[in-house]
Amino acid sequence: MTALLTTHGLQAFYGDAQALFGIDFALAASELVAIIGANGAGKSTFLKSLTGLVRVPREAIRFRGEPIGGLPPGEIVRRGLALVPEGRRLFPSLSVEENLLMGATAGRPGPWNLQRLYALFPILAEKRRQPGTSLSGGQQQMVALGRALMSNPDVLLCDELSLGLAPVVIREIYAAMPGITAEGMTVVIVEQDVTMARQVSRRVYCFQEGRVSLEGLSADLTREQIAQAYFGIEAAHA
Amino acid sequence: MTTPATPSFVAVERATAASRGALAAGIALALFAASLPFWGESSWMREFVEIACYFIFAMMWNLLAGYGGMVSIGQQAFFGFGGYAMLVLGNFAGLNPFVAIPLGALAAGLVAIPVSFIAFRLSGGYFAIGTWVIAEVFRLSFANVSAVGGGSGTTLTALRGIDKATRESVTYWMALGCVVAAVALVYLFLRSKRGLALLAIRDNEVAAESQGVPVARMKLAVYGVAAFGAGLAGALYFVGNLRISPDAAFSVNWSAFAIFMVVIGGIGRIEGPLVGALVFWALNKFLSDYGTWYLLGLGLLAIVTTLFFKQGLWGFAQQRWGWSLFPTQRRLVAGKP
Amino acid sequence: MLETLLQGVLLGGLYTLFALGQSLMFGVMRLTNTAQGDFIILGAFAVIAGVSLAGAAAPWLVALAVLPVAFGFGYALQRWVLNGTLGKDPLPSLVVTFGLSIVIQNLLLELFSADPRAIETGGLGTRGLAIGESLSLGVLPLIVLAVALVATGALQWLFAHTALGRSFRAVSDDREIAELMGLDAKKVYAFATAIAFVLIALAGALQGMRTTVSPSDGPLLLLFAFEAVIIGGMGSFWGTLAGAMILGIAQQVGFRLDPGWGIWFGHIVFLAVLVFRPQGLFPKTRG
Repeated sequence: MTALLTTHGLQAFYGDAQALFGIDFALAASELVAIIGANGAGKSTFLKSLTGLVRVPREAIRFRGEPIGGLPPGEIVRRGLALVPEGRRLFPSLSVEENLLMGATAGRPGPWNLQRLYALFPILAEKRRQPGTSLSGGQQQMVALGRALMSNPDVLLCDELSLGLAPVVIREIYAAMPGITAEGMTVVIVEQDVTMARQVSRRVYCFQEGRVSLEGLSADLTREQIAQAYFGIEAAHA
Repeated sequence: MTTPATPSFVAVERATAASRGALAAGIALALFAASLPFWGESSWMREFVEIACYFIFAMMWNLLAGYGGMVSIGQQAFFGFGGYAMLVLGNFAGLNPFVAIPLGALAAGLVAIPVSFIAFRLSGGYFAIGTWVIAEVFRLSFANVSAVGGGSGTTLTALRGIDKATRESVTYWMALGCVVAAVALVYLFLRSKRGLALLAIRDNEVAAESQGVPVARMKLAVYGVAAFGAGLAGALYFVGNLRISPDAAFSVNWSAFAIFMVVIGGIGRIEGPLVGALVFWALNKFLSDYGTWYLLGLGLLAIVTTLFFKQGLWGFAQQRWGWSLFPTQRRLVAGKP
Repeated sequence: MLETLLQGVLLGGLYTLFALGQSLMFGVMRLTNTAQGDFIILGAFAVIAGVSLAGAAAPWLVALAVLPVAFGFGYALQRWVLNGTLGKDPLPSLVVTFGLSIVIQNLLLELFSADPRAIETGGLGTRGLAIGESLSLGVLPLIVLAVALVATGALQWLFAHTALGRSFRAVSDDREIAELMGLDAKKVYAFATAIAFVLIALAGALQGMRTTVSPSDGPLLLLFAFEAVIIGGMGSFWGTLAGAMILGIAQQVGFRLDPGWGIWFGHIVFLAVLVFRPQGLFPKTRG
């Protein structure tokens, strides 16, 4: 496959503490890849490295063949990678619509605009003038998702969409995925909800303590394989 | 996969060879300095008293800001209050002014408690300006009390009977004593568990609280100690000066000088105010004739130091060459027992 | 009593202009500018210098010309000096602005000496507008009040209805995510300070027209600005205006009781607000 986004031996540190110990990752255009793993496995750190929130060496990440590691976040979003941050992180002083408009700051051309977003998430149109943080958790997640879409990215990175949400709300959010990927958007989702991750994705990576412990097609991997990779249980050797 | 071998013995070490040497040298220096009145000129003693006041004030400001995490530009409130308290005790209660000095300091420390109820409502930069407002209230209030001379101030009458030489010598010894006491107090305080607690609060209040550190009480304690120290400096200063006025007692210049001394010397380090005071004294001695240009230069120096030498000049030396005279850091030493 | 109230309101107009720049800078980047008052005085002296160069013809034109200069100066100051002081620790910005305060005061002393100066407005300062039978309000203070109202409204509109205002709010809420969106926080901060300095220059010009100014006047103006912001409550420009009004009225009431108690009474009211309602009287709470 010709990879749109690759990382080679990606290492990441928070000060002196090492969070990633050499991640090899490849993403093809229009794929939906899921990253699963326990808390502290390094999933969020990985996404932050991709989007410039955590500094890494320039060559460690390549997007369309260009090295982008360590570039400022604004530069990376201009090139077409957008992040839906963990915990939503909406701007409290801005209304729903203003939060969405902030996403368009990068000024990339593309199909996503306010009308299309309001068509995808009608409840947001209703609440567009309210402060972003006054909405329910699920609705805030829609705003965060929409805000990232407004930058018309080529690759959408979603960090823990289901965090803190009720199952019915999670299903509602993921029900919007087809509408997002319809035109060939490439998506990476980081998920705690393993079942949901396997359902929506084509390929899965499992992270464990800063390393890739498993990688494969979602349909092919067994529950047992995933559980072992997730928890780091060594399989018995003959 | 191998893990690094754990050392069989780990100890906590605080002093360095250099610091032990410095302690011995310091004691010798203090004893030598105590003999000054017998062979030195009286102008030296007067200068020393003034530098001592600057130094003590700066050291207490450093304690408050660097260790307590509270940046204040209103400590002059306690400086002046200590001075006025000493004057009142001396002029009206007939107390020996040298006894009135520690009492004045105590008064300043006590008045810090109600003041803190107001000041602690603010934080960060606005806390700093708020303390300045409070100092201004002190200044304006004292300027309206005619019993202590109102706006133009008054003189310390209680020392009238003593001859000049004796007065200057005793003032000098008191200053020396105050300096030694202040340094010892701060040093011992910071080496103790309370000192560690303070550092924890400074780095992360919430985390410190969760570890059982009584944050509010500690902050009040530091504020009170710093006020006491400022009051001590103030009382001492006006014994040396013999004359007090609201503008001199509560001038924001005191905070300005303290900030410059500590910033140049390095904040959060005990030896910082010492280095800063020496640099400041030297600059004062040779350049203050240049008036406005000198002050302008000081301002620029403070700006440049803050932007490019974030740890102050002494802190820069500490990091670069590992110098340390007053070690309060604890180093883990691993090895065989 | 009514006259005291009205005088207080007019004074409040001036204090609003002192305080708006401070409110703006603190709101966007949590920066406390202890040289606020000194920059206002610098603005006044800039106009004075301009008038002596251009001839006493039109002080208003000189004041207008100073505004874009102030904009550029503020932008450069933030971009290359103050941006380096931002962060969790309030000390660096405090020390640097304190240092700037000293530098400005002494520079002005060198250039202009300690004598109080004023900007001549050809008698405008003494003209009065008669209200009813016994009341007369100064024309210049009324102009100041009008400017203050316009400035407050303009700032509020800027913040609520423009893209720049949106970026101010975003960067102040969450700098990291704002940068993720593509904002350059360093430039946004610089714009905020640039606007603040236009207000500062305006305040300086009007102060110089209203009364005499001397190089060491700055610190007191800072205290007034700061008190207005705290009394009004942080996060709202109309709140700052209200705080300035209350401060002005408090000071006038104090003056009435005894000429020596004016400023002191303002301080007391400030402290009272701090004790009984530390969030200010009209705070805009942040999420």
